Amino acid sequence: MSEQAPDLLFDLNLTEEQRIMRESLSRFSDVEVASISRQADEAGKAPEGFYDKTAELGLSLLSIPEAFGGAGMPRSVLSNMLNAEDLGKGDMSLALGSLTPLSFVNMLLDYGTKDQQEKYLTVIADETFKVATIALMEPRATFDATSSKNANIETTATLSGSGYVLNGEKSMVALAEDALHILVVARCDDGYVGAFIVDKGAKGLTVEKENFMGLRPLGLYRVRLSDVTVNVDARLGRETQPFDVQRMVDLSSIGLSAVVVGCCQAVVDYVIPYVNERVAFGEPISNRQSVAFMVADMAIELEAMRLMVYRAASRADQGLDFHKEAYLARVLIAERAMEIGTNGVQLLGGHGFTREHPVELWYRNLRAMGILQGVAIV
Amino acid sequence: MINLELPKKIKNAESMAHQMAASVFRPIARKYDTIEHCDTPKELIPMGQMLAAGAASGQLGSGGSSGGEGVKNGGNMQAIVGTTEMAWGCCGLMLSLPGMGLGNAAISAVGSPEQKEKFGKMYCAMAITEPNCGSDSAAVQTTAELDGDEWVLNGEKIFATAADRGDAVVVWATLDKSIGKAAIKSFLVEKGTPGMSVVRVEDKLGLRVSDTAALLFDNCRIPKKNIMGDPEIADTEAARKKAFGGVMQTFDNTRPQVAAMALGVARAALELALELLEKEHVKPEYDKSLFNSTALEAELYKMEANLEASRLLTLKAAWMADNKIPNSKEASMCKAKAARVANAITLRCVEICGTLGYSENNLLEKFARDSKILDIFEGTQQIQQLIVARHVLGKSSKDLK
Repeated sequence: MSEQAPDLLFDLNLTEEQRIMRESLSRFSDVEVASISRQADEAGKAPEGFYDKTAELGLSLLSIPEAFGGAGMPRSVLSNMLNAEDLGKGDMSLALGSLTPLSFVNMLLDYGTKDQQEKYLTVIADETFKVATIALMEPRATFDATSSKNANIETTATLSGSGYVLNGEKSMVALAEDALHILVVARCDDGYVGAFIVDKGAKGLTVEKENFMGLRPLGLYRVRLSDVTVNVDARLGRETQPFDVQRMVDLSSIGLSAVVVGCCQAVVDYVIPYVNERVAFGEPISNRQSVAFMVADMAIELEAMRLMVYRAASRADQGLDFHKEAYLARVLIAERAMEIGTNGVQLLGGHGFTREHPVELWYRNLRAMGILQGVAIV
Repeated sequence: MINLELPKKIKNAESMAHQMAASVFRPIARKYDTIEHCDTPKELIPMGQMLAAGAASGQLGSGGSSGGEGVKNGGNMQAIVGTTEMAWGCCGLMLSLPGMGLGNAAISAVGSPEQKEKFGKMYCAMAITEPNCGSDSAAVQTTAELDGDEWVLNGEKIFATAADRGDAVVVWATLDKSIGKAAIKSFLVEKGTPGMSVVRVEDKLGLRVSDTAALLFDNCRIPKKNIMGDPEIADTEAARKKAFGGVMQTFDNTRPQVAAMALGVARAALELALELLEKEHVKPEYDKSLFNSTALEAELYKMEANLEASRLLTLKAAWMADNKIPNSKEASMCKAKAARVANAITLRCVEICGTLGYSENNLLEKFARDSKILDIFEGTQQIQQLIVARHVLGKSSKDLK
């Protein structure tokens, strides 16, 4: 990472390609995602065939090199982030699900050797939805993947003969049951935090569905590793570019934040017509400052959140250091997004508490912002 | 293409302003806060002359650079970074710089070429507020009556920044109280005009070096040509709205400037607090989640995040202005967020630093006093919320009062 970026003007305009992609993804998000959000939440899973439709959008495929069956487009954090925002507006769970293979792909692109890329990316570069996922979080209060001083990652990888032996327990692993490959982040006996590709059905690997207050359609799993043995070449990382868990978490903070910004936009878009139409004491409740100011604050904080994420993503694309920007974006968004979520319910009063309206669903989903790490790696 | 870094040209303006603020403002910030009432501080005179010369030669305000796709980073953005840095030095001194009055902003926004020629070089204050009219600027009671070739002004104005030290004042007055907004016009009154007098200069919580004066207009006669904008009262509803809208448009330019002051004061406080904390081996490392950080570290992260968010909102409003995109909503958004954040940050920094923060030996307590007004002048927090709310809810001022 260098501070040697080209001298660009401050600008908030999308490129032509981004604008076209945004147009089609926004439409997809409205027509194919938002419309099934409630149904998927009640069912606790995405409807049959949904993820294949997202595969047609080419989310994971775009930046896979042509040699491995992809479209060979340059990897852009910014473009991925914009896609995450658009999908998040439709539904957070389905957005995070759709972006799960992309997380795996991006880690392979950033850190994988040629052989690893060929072996794993070729499988994912498909017109149908092929699942590969990331196992980072662990089921403990205060868990924090990047808190290296506290040795917070307890899953271990021990070098033994021609391979590594993995032991530990991971939580909130998206789509783990269908995953052909799981990238497991573990503490190695050489002192580093490494990432290991574990194949579906590996001996000692068990996967169990977890249920949460929100993100119900996403499909989140507890993954247990009991003496799971992988080959040495399953360890991700080139000598010139060793795996960097902090960077991975930062890219995830950007992607997740963007999904959340999308969701908060959905909240704001929903409450505005509601408070304008809901009449109490002879006039729309939005004629009252206590209601109107709540909406104004939502709009102000939402715009602030968005700009924070955009800056972090744009720095990442320019090759500038973006750790602090991603960190601060996360700090701000974790707090403000939940505020928007809870005020969304508040503005609808008792109606907001029922499952007739989506605000309670967004409330439950948005709580995950302060928690999730290692998803939507853009 | 999305990029939220500043281009070199703007960065250069920023570092120049910073150097001036650090070398001229900072060393005398405490001294003049204590003196409070005085003529323009002598240390500011060379700087004022320099800035005035810059403005006259068109360097200030029209600078910046254009890039591909016609995007522009121009005078608005340059003014934001300049104001931020100067307010970082001392917001009170910045407002005391000759030639940098709010009246000047109004003249450059709506003045005629002749008015710009004559008053552009003067130090011009702005007088809107009256004892019985603050945020409700349409309720102005000061009157202007045409008598031959002169306007006759009568009324009382308060809280006019730099009205004592300034060379001229932009005064808001009504041509006909019964008509409301549409009859409100602004007038240029030179210092020394018979009938205008300074009643008093306020003693304040903060921004002490900046003079805040009360003015009395008692049959004050000014030339007919000193009215700004259209002298006629619009006769249709649409034209009336437009006329007052034109007056209010000044605020779309000045609100991001106040947001910029807030950014400067808040950053000054945060930097100073971090300096004091570093002596106690407290340093933000951004290496743990918020909840695995100490309460103190978490507070620092939250303050920095909110400050950065405010900065980006302010830059966005300026970028829109530079690119001729209407930014009334964004101007209010950035002012609302930056001002409340600045007030919260400066107060928190005092608290965090304990006796050192509260002490007059450091500037933290001064920043905490100075910041309060930023959430009040050029539209209070509540007024900004009202404006933003009307925009996002699609409401008129009749519906959402």
